[in-house]
Amino acid sequence: MATQAKTRPQGKRHRLERPELLAPAGNLEKLRFAVHYGADAVYIGGQKYGLRSNADNFTFEEMEEGVRFAAQYGAKVFVATNIYAHNEDLDGLETYLRRLEQAGVAAIIAADPIIVETAMRVAPKLEVHLSTQQSTLNWQAVQFWKEEGLPRVVLARETSIEEIAEIKAHVDIEIEQFIHGAMCSSYSGRCVLSNHFTDRDSNRGGCCQSCRWKYDLFVEDEPLGQQEQDKFTMGSKDLCMIEHLPALIEAGVDSFKIEGRMKSLHYVATVVNAYRQAIDAYFEDPQGYRVKPEWLDEINKAANRPLNSGFFFGTPGAGEHIYEPEEKAAPYDFAGVVLDYDEVACIATIQQRNHFKPGQEVEFFGPGGTFFRQPVGELLDEEGQQLDAARHPLQHVRMRTEQPVKAMDMMRKRIGGR
Amino acid sequence: MSTHTGAYRPELLATAGSLAELERLIDAGADAFVLGEPRYAMRLPGAFDPQAMADACRLAHARGVRIYAAVNNLIDNKAADALDAYISGVARAGVDAIVFGDPAVLVQAKAQAPQLALHWSAEMTSTNYATADFWGRRGATRVVAARELNMEELLELKRKSALQVEVQVHGMTNIYHSKRSLLSSYADYRSRAGHGAAQLETGSERGLYLIEPERPEERFPIYEDAGGTHIMSADDICLLECLDELLEGGIDSFKIDGLLHSEAYNEAVVRAYRTAIDAYCADPAAYRFDESLLDGIRALQDPGRELSFGFMFKEQVY
Repeated sequence: MATQAKTRPQGKRHRLERPELLAPAGNLEKLRFAVHYGADAVYIGGQKYGLRSNADNFTFEEMEEGVRFAAQYGAKVFVATNIYAHNEDLDGLETYLRRLEQAGVAAIIAADPIIVETAMRVAPKLEVHLSTQQSTLNWQAVQFWKEEGLPRVVLARETSIEEIAEIKAHVDIEIEQFIHGAMCSSYSGRCVLSNHFTDRDSNRGGCCQSCRWKYDLFVEDEPLGQQEQDKFTMGSKDLCMIEHLPALIEAGVDSFKIEGRMKSLHYVATVVNAYRQAIDAYFEDPQGYRVKPEWLDEINKAANRPLNSGFFFGTPGAGEHIYEPEEKAAPYDFAGVVLDYDEVACIATIQQRNHFKPGQEVEFFGPGGTFFRQPVGELLDEEGQQLDAARHPLQHVRMRTEQPVKAMDMMRKRIGGR
Repeated sequence: MSTHTGAYRPELLATAGSLAELERLIDAGADAFVLGEPRYAMRLPGAFDPQAMADACRLAHARGVRIYAAVNNLIDNKAADALDAYISGVARAGVDAIVFGDPAVLVQAKAQAPQLALHWSAEMTSTNYATADFWGRRGATRVVAARELNMEELLELKRKSALQVEVQVHGMTNIYHSKRSLLSSYADYRSRAGHGAAQLETGSERGLYLIEPERPEERFPIYEDAGGTHIMSADDICLLECLDELLEGGIDSFKIDGLLHSEAYNEAVVRAYRTAIDAYCADPAAYRFDESLLDGIRALQDPGRELSFGFMFKEQVY
């Protein structure tokens, strides 16, 4: 009992320096929106060495354009070069890394030590961040990478808040942590299910998400679950830490990373928007910080799966996995992007991203949490012809909005017949 | 056409679940063993703490056999804090090398036991010669090749890396490792949903396996231990038939992983590879694959598990 007072924390530590909000960008358009909605940095994939071989991925020219765009907002661009290289991948590595440096990329995110070392040798202006694929869990390993010259480590998703704080207490290095999005249920990099099932190399971007398939678990040669909703799976709920940002900030996390280079434009903008507001609200008034319900509402409109807090507060159990059919959390779909707004006539020009029509309820939102709902009124095409619906992908339509909007604001429609 | 001198004596490396199995496999022809305990080692059939490892070292060294301590688990802060003492302990036990995956182990091994050889084993992520040499420049003497490499990649790894190369030639391989207790969670879910009992014994001795409905012939062993949940391959690698290619390539160590196999099976396997390696080394030019060696293994093979070449002759896509 006597030691109790001693072990009690010395009161909460509020950090003054704002952590970075790091967002995924699967292509140039997503990069622009991620930055516009408040990301301090974005990470993208190039044509090689990245773990999302199915994503659009950037050419060097697109990277340069992305870097220029981000710079207008003071934001940085990182490139994921996070494969575990095979012998054949080593050819061309130096040229590729030099080219990233020339493109103005701020950092690479690398897992394979030879990519780490090569980048530091041939492209010294590139920062090298150690990828979560290395599954780094302890402070001594972090210390090793610091001594190798890395300014930042992305820890394993299996690290708890307490362990992060211990690591920060031992090593003066930037810590980046995934705080939102889909999760490997395995230790990252320690899964070759795709290789075994489909000959696709998961550690070079070929993952076919076998952990989300359904399996029969045999006990004494009998399957345990008989019905479809009673099968075994490794599939994890998605991570969402917006309700726990103060704990992460106080543990010393320097960069909050959102997963999802394959996610939609709407997803990226919505999630970034919510976290941007939450982080800013915390730093405006750490003591008075409260999670606003509208941030969660917004996140749920973008969510693909049920959400959970991963390993931050302990090892996930039955409640953190998805055994039953998934339900869409919120009845909204992305429907359009505002291109332009005529302040005098109160008419917005909108690029269609999904079918919508007069009478339907839509909501507009933009950076900083601007938000309102209204029914769709008269719809006109660019020639002023009346439309019964915006039915053509990417077509430009004009409609009156009840409040002013700005270019790059977004519009969702309510779905489900209501 | 061998490029080697007569001095080429590749190692036959095995695992052992107990001191008794260790002795039996030494008799069958193993040159070295990798041993460890669940706290620090990854997926081994037995548990050898430093005390037991000392016994194993005495027994093995008397017969010219080497013992490698596996300290290749994923290491959290708590394990890292006790690492210096643990490594000093296994060094005092008399082991010949330390097998590491986490850089923390490399650093501590160099500090606590600089005389010991260091084997880099990062499971499915030890995939190229340049990264092997990265660890070589920091003290590693051997690379344990990922099981997902093919023959061409393995031979190039050996040609281009300065390190010794260890290749698993027989047994099952791990294909998925989670920190989560996925079997217990599933049992818990079923109980909450009213489908079954909450209790499920999940250890490696329970013989649990998964079947994916579109691959009804393939049984993937699954178990939990202190390190989380492990899913293993549905087939057993068996490279006896192409061993000459690996021998020709100068691979330094051939590993037989005895995890989830019986002692009798492991003994037969070690004996078969011993015979093949000795035959090759005696006269590389005259070496021919002996089908009867494979028959000896087949006789003890679980009919539910195929013997396969693993990824040895595959081209993977991504």
